[in-house]
Amino acid sequence: MGRNANLAFLALFLSFLFLPFTALAADLPALTGRVVDNAGIIDAATKAALTQKLADFETKGSDQIVVATINNLDGEEIEPYANRLFRFWKLGQAKENNGVLLLVAKDDHKMRIEVGYGLEGTLTDLHTKLIIENDLVPAFRAGDFSGGISKAVNDMIMVLEGNPEELVARGERNQQAPFNSDDLFFAVFISIWAIIFFGSIAVSVLPPIFGQKLGPGRYRWLGMTFEPHRRSSGGGWSSGSSGGGWSSGGGGGGFSGGGGSSGGGGSSGSW
Amino acid sequence: MFAQRLAPPSMFRTLPAFLMMAIVLPLLAGCGYNTIPTAEENAKAAWSEVLNQYQRRADLIPNLVETVKGYASHEKDTLDAVVEARAKATQITVTPETLKDPEALKKFQDAQAGLTSALSRLIAVSEAYPDLKANQNFLALQAQLEGTENRIAVARRDYIQAVKDYNLTLKTFPSVLWATFWFRSNQPFANFTIDDDKLQTPKVDFGTKQGG
Repeated sequence: MGRNANLAFLALFLSFLFLPFTALAADLPALTGRVVDNAGIIDAATKAALTQKLADFETKGSDQIVVATINNLDGEEIEPYANRLFRFWKLGQAKENNGVLLLVAKDDHKMRIEVGYGLEGTLTDLHTKLIIENDLVPAFRAGDFSGGISKAVNDMIMVLEGNPEELVARGERNQQAPFNSDDLFFAVFISIWAIIFFGSIAVSVLPPIFGQKLGPGRYRWLGMTFEPHRRSSGGGWSSGSSGGGWSSGGGGGGFSGGGGSSGGGGSSGSW
Repeated sequence: MFAQRLAPPSMFRTLPAFLMMAIVLPLLAGCGYNTIPTAEENAKAAWSEVLNQYQRRADLIPNLVETVKGYASHEKDTLDAVVEARAKATQITVTPETLKDPEALKKFQDAQAGLTSALSRLIAVSEAYPDLKANQNFLALQAQLEGTENRIAVARRDYIQAVKDYNLTLKTFPSVLWATFWFRSNQPFANFTIDDDKLQTPKVDFGTKQGG
């Protein structure tokens, strides 16, 4: 009974803690997969094929492409909306920012390809403009949303693969995602710092307290002679083996953004 | 001999100071000593990005002007206005050190707004030249210009947010304690005001929203 009350309180507290985040994100759709078809304009077969294709493409080069359709923008311009959505979903790997978002707003008759910082040089504004004008606009005018989107995705993949060495290198860099070298470096740095800082303090403080006094400024402790104010004959050991913080990469199940960001690259169009 | 006998007491006198240092130094970071410098550097970085994107736009213009000239040479006034506005805009730079000065930022913003409107006039004029609109080079430049304008908008939004965060650290508890006792020379940064061109954007609504 008491424990249940405690649990309930904890849950309530946590929900208050996270309330601001949920409130902030309320107006943006959730990232349910690589194809988020909230406007319901992509047929099931195309959706499955696209999801498979985009998943394969990510395993190859770690680039994350996501297709999203929404009903309307609620009066907002498509550019800021796409940028907000991109940053909310954190598309692309954190260090590469190699995400691409293809956003279609059905009722507003607008589309945008938002490109993450890391891919701006490969999938340039002109490429995205050409993909929008040549693939999306004619197909959408004919009412063929599925066909236009698949064509656009194919072309985006083609452009991104057009630089295969770069793509492969990026993939290799992100293969070892579970092993984060920065974390290890940080742990080693902290350990060394702690050894130097606290070790020297321990050498000067602990022998006078726990040791046996041999003479002025000389103490015997743990079988060693310490002279804190001269050159110490026994070092201060300290075990500095704290494991680095390994963060596991995204699991196999749900799809989530890798932590990338976008600075507004890409282009927009309308039909 | 005498000195040696004195050594231990003096060591014990410095000991509390050592212990204090050992405890207090790591705590400094924990109590938010880093908050203000971090926010300040973030704001400066956001400003660099703003400058970077404006510079990118300025770099695109000579090429754009040359391309338009080839097809629409008698739109001399519009072309000259763009060149002039670009020269004016590139003259005024705001370094991170002068970000505290709202006047300097205002001048910068005005000059860039002048360039924005001159450019949009140029793009509007070029609509009348089908040959120009079909030119691949012009198409590429136009796509880049649109992309850059959008990047400027994103960079400005990020800067506004970063400055808001920084100015808040100088005014809110607990970081205001650090601001008053330690970072006395830190001044709030000036922020962008709402764009004039954003205010003037006419809202045209033919009821297309409902019609789909």
